[in-house]
Amino acid sequence: MQTPQHLDAKNGRIVNLDDLKTIAEQEALLKSQLKHRIFVCMGTACQSCQSADVLDSLTREVSTRGGQAECLVTPGGCQGNCAEAPLVVVEPGGQLYRGVAPGDAASVIDSLKTGPVKRLLCDTTAPFFTEQTRLVTEYRGLVNPERIEDYIAVGGYIGLLTAVTELTPDEVIQQVTRSGLRGRGGAGYPTGLKWSTVAKAVSEQKYVICNADEGDPGAFMNRSVLEDYPFRVLEGMAIAGYALGATQGYVYVRAEYPLAVKRIEKAIAGAQRHGLLGNNIANTQFSFHVEVRLGAGAFVCGEETALISSIEGGRGLPCPRPPYPAESGLWGHPTLINNVETYTNIAPIIRNGGDWFAKIGTEKSKGTKTFALSGRVKNTGLVEVPLGTTLRKIIFDIGGGVPEGHKFKAVQTGGPAGGCIPAEHLDAPIDYESLQSLGSFMGSGGMIVMDDTSCMVDVAKFFMDFCATESCGKCIPCRVGTVHMRDILNKITTGEASLEDLAQLEELCDMVKYTSLCGLGQGAPNPVLSTLRYFKDEYMAHIIDHLCPAGVCAGKGQDIRRPACVL
Amino acid sequence: MNSAAPSLPSSSQNVVAAPSDDKRWRIVGATMRRYGFAPSALIETLHTVQNSFGYLDTQSLRFVARSLKVPLSKAYGVATFYGIFRLKPHGEHTCVICTGTACHIKGAAKLLATIDRCANIRDAETTKDNKLSLVTARCFGACGIAPAAIVDGQVIGNLSPETMEELVRRCLKS
Ligand SMILES: Cc1cc2nc3c(=O)[nH]c(=O)nc-3n(C[C@H](O)[C@H](O)[C@H](O)COP(=O)(O)O)c2cc1C
Ligand code: FES
Repeated sequence: MQTPQHLDAKNGRIVNLDDLKTIAEQEALLKSQLKHRIFVCMGTACQSCQSADVLDSLTREVSTRGGQAECLVTPGGCQGNCAEAPLVVVEPGGQLYRGVAPGDAASVIDSLKTGPVKRLLCDTTAPFFTEQTRLVTEYRGLVNPERIEDYIAVGGYIGLLTAVTELTPDEVIQQVTRSGLRGRGGAGYPTGLKWSTVAKAVSEQKYVICNADEGDPGAFMNRSVLEDYPFRVLEGMAIAGYALGATQGYVYVRAEYPLAVKRIEKAIAGAQRHGLLGNNIANTQFSFHVEVRLGAGAFVCGEETALISSIEGGRGLPCPRPPYPAESGLWGHPTLINNVETYTNIAPIIRNGGDWFAKIGTEKSKGTKTFALSGRVKNTGLVEVPLGTTLRKIIFDIGGGVPEGHKFKAVQTGGPAGGCIPAEHLDAPIDYESLQSLGSFMGSGGMIVMDDTSCMVDVAKFFMDFCATESCGKCIPCRVGTVHMRDILNKITTGEASLEDLAQLEELCDMVKYTSLCGLGQGAPNPVLSTLRYFKDEYMAHIIDHLCPAGVCAGKGQDIRRPACVL
Repeated sequence: MNSAAPSLPSSSQNVVAAPSDDKRWRIVGATMRRYGFAPSALIETLHTVQNSFGYLDTQSLRFVARSLKVPLSKAYGVATFYGIFRLKPHGEHTCVICTGTACHIKGAAKLLATIDRCANIRDAETTKDNKLSLVTARCFGACGIAPAAIVDGQVIGNLSPETMEELVRRCLKS
């Protein structure tokens, strides 16, 4: 890629909106010289299905035919329907091919002249594609995540340079407040309010942290966003830095996401090279640096105070709040912690204005939300919808419902602090308040569908086991309570529990919920409470009849006290 | 709470000598240097040690603790708090089975049972011939293709017990 003339003079630094325009025009010119562009998804799911080999063989096929000048084969991002990986998109035309093997390269290249390869074609008029609203996953898959020019060509960095050169920090915060954006990490705290608290704090040093720990099992939205839009996350963090008067940012990302780590590190280097991170951004006084910190497999480190201890190099133990990180966070300085998706929403808000964002969603929950749809549902993958969309629409229209003629039983949202929502509430709109009133939780966006092959007591036991293992051990209600609850749930699934045990379980739920130190313990009883609320009959079947209605704890109709072999 | 800033450079004159002249210690040294030997670089450094040597032993913990001037007890505490760090080496092959929610619903337990049957190992165990180690993880973000596993660094999705058995047999043979 050639650098535009006048940028060379500034060592490739991009300092104003004109520079962005020049690059965007260059990219448009490049694009217009190409007849075709072929995007091969390089996300985790597609790579696990050998999409790198597909990329190689497509590239080879094009070059043996001497077509490099008019056909570009490039890595792309997630298309969402990960169940059908590996995925390839051909532009213009937008044909989406699924399950592409390296051996299909010749047919795909032939198709540029002869028309789509029918046997590989995905129906993009299906609700899975048409019923989504793409804001966080804008230009899905059609930007090379490793090229900053690709990002700039679709409007990248206009937000940051507008903020730094045309708006005061206060005005930036005002836009974020007007947008009504709420934290996407789970609790839904108003982002504008959090920003203004940190902005008001007086300190020489402030920090901006991006929470990319995504510990909820069954959630992979943040991974996908980091893999596909690393520059946008960095742009959001830099805008926050400008608004708050912070000069240093950290991305705390779990080590289980090697590809996301690689992409964000590459993006940091790229942004630095172009002067979009580092000293004197846009030739102003504003400087902002970002470093990556790796998690190491502890769920509790997603909790903000534990995350801070971890960045400081210690064990991830949470601390009582107040003081909140906004007043005293990393190394005792005011610190902003937001989720990956929260930051991803910032650049479009600055670019299009807060009012634009506030038009999407419901009265109290603005914007869109990405969900990781998985479990017993036909179209597993990443989906994005406006807040307020019903669960039914996501699971049955977009998700295509439960496969193999099974019956929908419940959907689990909110991770280990969330709950299971049964069929009778499928028409509830998804927003922070209504999920909470149903005994669940927005969480970061995992949505695991369960059908008649899942036992709800087993599911409750699964989450309690998770919390007992992940409890950091600092406070007693969580450390001891979760183990007791797991033991009782274990007894229930092996048919050895009595009604007194059930009463004790309910009592423990209450105690752990209200006396634990951090959100891990406070949320741990939720899966039990919600399954007790909606599926008490299943508990009773285990305790009184010694039967597991779903046939999980023992075969159907078999006494669970004589457990059958799982195989 | 530690009040030192992250980039506070400590004097480089008293750099601790590496335990041996194994070249991999240089990579470890480079990580510590990158963070100015700050105590807060502990987790990053342990990651580098594990990536270079495969696991953390007493010798490497001692070296890192002395280099970063943190008590050995703290280094040990961190190494044992975080699930990713291991104090024992893995076998020739490593299989990580996801036991996250989506994989649980889609039958991760059957995969574990298959491995137990074919290789006679459970979570965090290694076969006697040192060929295969089994570990479990809680979700690595491949929930769209659950149940998933990572075999020798490669993510594999939509696993059936039959494919699992084939993968295990291949590891045990090679
Ligand atoms: C046990 C526990 C785990 C958490 N895990 C995450 C996580 O993985 N990612 C995240 O963004 N927030 C997580 N949170 C919420 C964070 O503490 C914090 O509220 C959030 O990062 C704030 O960002 P937001 O305002 O953008 O949502 C977790 C909280 C608790 C109690
Ligand atoms: S639950 Fe297994 S990869 Fe997410």
